[in-house]
Amino acid sequence: MDEGRAQRRAVSPRLWLAGGWLLLALLAAIFAPLVAPQDPLAQDLMLERLPPFWMAGAEPGYWLGTDSLGRDLLSRLIFGGRIAFIVAFAAAIAACLVGSMLGLIAGYFGGWADRIISRIVDVWMAFPPVLFAILLVAVLGTGLSSVILAIAIIDWTRFCRVIRAETMGQSRMDYVENARIAGYGRIGIMLREVLPNVVPSIVALLSLEMGIAVIVEAILSFVNLSISTDDPTWGGIIAEGRLSIHQAWWVLVFPLITLILTVLSFSQFGEALKTRFDPVLR
Amino acid sequence: MLLQRFLIRLLTMLITLFGVAVVVFVVIRVAPGDPIAMMLPPGATDADIARLRALYGLDKTIVQQFFIWLSGVARGDFGTSISLRQDVLGLVFNRLPATLELAIVALVMAVALGGTTAIIGARERGTAVEAGIDIASGAALSIPDFLWGLVLILLFGVLVPIFDISGRVSPQLDLPFVTQFYLFESLLRLRLDLTWDLLKHMLMPAVALALPLAAIISQLLKQSLKEVLDLDYVVLARVKGFSETQVILREALKNAALPTLTLVGVQFTFLIGGTVIVERLFSYEGLGNMAIDAVINRDLPLIQGIVLVFALLFVLINLSVDMMYALLNPRLRHG
Repeated sequence: MDEGRAQRRAVSPRLWLAGGWLLLALLAAIFAPLVAPQDPLAQDLMLERLPPFWMAGAEPGYWLGTDSLGRDLLSRLIFGGRIAFIVAFAAAIAACLVGSMLGLIAGYFGGWADRIISRIVDVWMAFPPVLFAILLVAVLGTGLSSVILAIAIIDWTRFCRVIRAETMGQSRMDYVENARIAGYGRIGIMLREVLPNVVPSIVALLSLEMGIAVIVEAILSFVNLSISTDDPTWGGIIAEGRLSIHQAWWVLVFPLITLILTVLSFSQFGEALKTRFDPVLR
Repeated sequence: MLLQRFLIRLLTMLITLFGVAVVVFVVIRVAPGDPIAMMLPPGATDADIARLRALYGLDKTIVQQFFIWLSGVARGDFGTSISLRQDVLGLVFNRLPATLELAIVALVMAVALGGTTAIIGARERGTAVEAGIDIASGAALSIPDFLWGLVLILLFGVLVPIFDISGRVSPQLDLPFVTQFYLFESLLRLRLDLTWDLLKHMLMPAVALALPLAAIISQLLKQSLKEVLDLDYVVLARVKGFSETQVILREALKNAALPTLTLVGVQFTFLIGGTVIVERLFSYEGLGNMAIDAVINRDLPLIQGIVLVFALLFVLINLSVDMMYALLNPRLRHG
């Protein structure tokens, strides 16, 4: 118990840092046209490969420097955040809805429902996820909705496996038996009694999945299969940075820092939320 | 008992593989874009297209195509790659060793790093050393292999360029190898100059793949070690005068390792899945890199072959871990 409380106290500053970064990045993405110092698409070969502001040769107004086409890196990162957050929220929520529902059904009803769902999960787990994602986007065609759909199709199993196991545990508890004796229907018990008790796990996984979705989107843009090439994406900037790594390291460093901070924040946020909601630790 | 367990697992494994074959077959055939049109020059006539479609069996229904393909697979014939015009199985076997070597080197590194930090963390439990290990493993775990790969490229490819960041082996070298297992063969032939060159190329992608797994091993093994260290027989060993390190290595480790083993199996399949993008990142000529090219070129037979080989690898690893667990766990062995 003491350890749990100590853990909770230790988690707090991390929660603030993680939440702070996510809020900052999200607000910047939402108000991108107002915050971005430059047009993210404007090319100017006179301004190509400008270094970040503290280095010799930097231009005012181009804080993080420019890429090999003279486009402002900071503005591209801010606009790239729009795609990243849209994909993170939409894909994670879609994967969560499908996976949690199937997990609840498999865990609560057991029997054939469980056998069929678990077999499908087994098949899904036998695919290398990145290859599966690339394959799906190639099939669905590049574009924002394809990326979101592909991530949801692949990652629902994460929710399904965890929620299935948790639901199985909850279903054996006394309160479920009591509800049954009290005459509630099975679907009613599943949704009204069991579901609220697995919500902490769902929320924690949801936050984790948002981080994963951001990475998958970056990987897809990296292999040039995400959305149209015009709009800046974090993965797309990284792909450019990888190519010009010896001439302009900043084009790789800044999107990389942005991605790492975002992924770490989503996972820390998830952990902290789980601890906060967990009745045992509370 | 053990045999029965094995047979059931074997059966579910076959069902899983069949499921993977069906899914990948259906998915790539609903794809828009005609692979045949892509491989012909612009002036090709409709008759040319029809002839090639018939040659690759693309003029039949999906169900017919699936069973033609499946009966071929059962005979070891995975078809012909459309973009490379070679036998799919030959192409896959040519690239698989590179991926296996990378994955195994990464696994060894993960076990070594995770195991060492777990033992140190358990020995120094409750101190700043353990807290430091916890923070490091937390970060290693949260950051995926793709990002670790990029960090390593920046650190050791650009900032301090001591390792190669692209390819599997220096192209100017003369390779005497008869197999595709370059690393193992170079060791067998005692060509340590080649081993060193291969390792210099392999090290960074391997570290990128190993770090998240090392973190999981470290966390889990440390947890089980700490639990075991409070048990009577360990206390007894301590009373006998063994040092804490000796107690961990000689008494606690073998009992604490079992839960970690099962997890390492599943996580190893994730590591192999990660080779796809990490190979791409480091231009390493393995199966995953070829898979991405196959998808971009809409090379249906090659995609099918590669995905099936990956799936086979995954289920075989899970099967062997399951069997190993059953063999090592006395409760399952006798019950």
